[in-house]
Amino acid sequence: MGDIAIRAGNLSKRYNITMGKRRHDTLRDQIADGLKSLFRRNRRSSLGENAFWALKDVSFEIKEGEVVGIIGQNGAGKSTLLKVLSQIVVPTYGQAQIYGRVGSLLEVGTGFHPELTGRENIFLNGAIIGMKKEEIRRQFDAIVEFAEVEKFLDVPVKRYSSGMYVRLAFAVAAHLQPEIMFVDEVLAVGDAAFQKKCLGKMGDVAKGGRTVLFVSHNMTAVNSLCDRVLWLDRGTIVEDGPTTPIVTRYMEKSLKGMDSSEESWDDITTAPGNDIVRFHGVRVRRQDGRLSDPLTMQTPFQVEIECWNLVDNTQLHVTLHLYTAEGIIAFTTGGLPERPMPAGLFRSVCYVPGDLLNSGLHRIVVLIVKNTNSVIYRHESGASINILDLNHRDFAYFGREPGVVQPVLNWKTEYLGEGLEVNTFTRKLQFE
Amino acid sequence: MNVVESIESRKPTVLIESRKGLFRLDLRSVWQYRELLYFLVWRDVMIRYKQTAIGVAWAILQPLITMIIFTLIFGNLAKIPSDGIPYPVFAFTALLPWTYFSQALTRSSNSVVNNSNLVTKIYFPRLLIPLAASVAPIVDLFFSLLVLVVLLAWFHISPSWGMLALPLFLGFAISTALAVGLWSSALNVRYRDVGYIIPFLIQVWMYASPVAYPASMIPEKWRVLYFLNPMAGVIEGFRWALLGKQRPDFMVMAVSLAVVLALLGSGIVYFKRTEQTFADVI
Repeated sequence: MGDIAIRAGNLSKRYNITMGKRRHDTLRDQIADGLKSLFRRNRRSSLGENAFWALKDVSFEIKEGEVVGIIGQNGAGKSTLLKVLSQIVVPTYGQAQIYGRVGSLLEVGTGFHPELTGRENIFLNGAIIGMKKEEIRRQFDAIVEFAEVEKFLDVPVKRYSSGMYVRLAFAVAAHLQPEIMFVDEVLAVGDAAFQKKCLGKMGDVAKGGRTVLFVSHNMTAVNSLCDRVLWLDRGTIVEDGPTTPIVTRYMEKSLKGMDSSEESWDDITTAPGNDIVRFHGVRVRRQDGRLSDPLTMQTPFQVEIECWNLVDNTQLHVTLHLYTAEGIIAFTTGGLPERPMPAGLFRSVCYVPGDLLNSGLHRIVVLIVKNTNSVIYRHESGASINILDLNHRDFAYFGREPGVVQPVLNWKTEYLGEGLEVNTFTRKLQFE
Repeated sequence: MNVVESIESRKPTVLIESRKGLFRLDLRSVWQYRELLYFLVWRDVMIRYKQTAIGVAWAILQPLITMIIFTLIFGNLAKIPSDGIPYPVFAFTALLPWTYFSQALTRSSNSVVNNSNLVTKIYFPRLLIPLAASVAPIVDLFFSLLVLVVLLAWFHISPSWGMLALPLFLGFAISTALAVGLWSSALNVRYRDVGYIIPFLIQVWMYASPVAYPASMIPEKWRVLYFLNPMAGVIEGFRWALLGKQRPDFMVMAVSLAVVLALLGSGIVYFKRTEQTFADVI
């Protein structure tokens, strides 16, 4: 118990940018460059400037059974880290020890061959990701059932729909049973129903006592699957610890750029929209008019949307979708359908009461709906709602409460009298 | 106390570090992954004639048509001697290993590049890729062997005990294809020029090998030099094993074998050395 599964010490990977820019793709270039460098002194002097560290001195230890998420912006080194740990890429320096059999799912469907049938690909792909033939045979039925492709087993996969293809690919991968598993973004496959199934399967894997390293941009998945998170930024570990606080900080930081309470356009020709409707502005403000004060969980606020209606006599109304930092829709709300309006500028205001939303950064998406049934424009607003938790209600706990909303609800506790059952029960306890 | 000891004494399943050693070949992992090798060969065989009208018949047609053309041009027009063997049989026995070799070399040269999706996504010993590519065309060779049986019956040539040595020369042919394939597949990752060189090389190489003419036409003093080409040894070996005429000179066969072993050894070292950068460069 508590044995180390992965130990990484100063793992580093350097790429030379010139490798991409001016790769020695042909022998002639290589010879020409070789000759040139013969006559140049300090051949290595240029190396430093063109070096790019995809990973720099990354060290960590992961215990058996831990489910660890790796988060970070694109290019932070997440995938490079998984590639180094799965022996695809060799580190420039540093080392890692891995205790146990490793299975890596860096991309589902690796090695699928379009000409082979579903049945044949299950065996081929299984062998490629590291399953023994016996193991595949034993799991075969489970794989087929999970992928829901029974009827098409003997059809070449090139005839599969893309949904069937990824389902089969994920099914094979999900039935690999190594001690340590590296997973990179495999959850982004299939339709909503299958994604749910994948997430469920990943949850089983995570709870099954296996060590999992999980790279994802899906913070909801990371939050619900991982106990611990490594946050990578430009090749180094910024934070390493329990999931929820780090994920929240990460989300807040990555949304920082759009942390502004309003956006507006003066020029109708460049404003977002189409030939029916154009945006003039979206604004978030406190209802009490104290504009410089921050929004807290208790503050009632309003969202104002100003639009130009460009076509006379159009019936438009505005719907708001409010997203939490984790990407969950906190609520949707729509204005009442208006009667047909003349062309011109309009303002719709949505009043949101205090004591409703949880703390954190919320994104606003505005939908413009025509004739109450068709969405004619979807606007991802640059204005956001940053709700602070300044007057914490519960004094015993200072963390962020889980949940999309934090409403203040009415509670009542009543005394129902001294029942006979209670007396006999407590007496019974005394005798024992 | 015991716990601490057991942790310290545990050996990692995998140790990842920057490898500098020239001779850390780690051939044992190839053996551990033999099942995958089987699947890769099986895949190559399975997909080879998918969605073709006549399927496996291609494996027979290619050497057969080449044999007919050779018989017409070299046998009938140019009147090239064939060591007293009917020319069609003479040519076909050479075309067996030669067709295999050219297939295996073409496929293994492109094997790593063609499997770049595997190389950049999943770990397994990279040696398996050219290995599978050079083993898979053996299946074609077996089909052509059936044609040879028909040919031998047609010309009333009975097989000799030399037949038993055929697996030996088959191994010789595979080693030659693999040895060159290791070099070319690894070089191909960095220099795509290899893709252009190989078809040309194969063409030239055929004329440098005793496919359309007998090795006995080569003057005695050049014989050793000639057999530096390992395919000369392979083809002469095939002719001897299948037709039983003219046992090959051990001396010159040893030359061919030595060249193959040198190529194979250096090929493995070069491949293992460059495979670390495959995923970065490909």
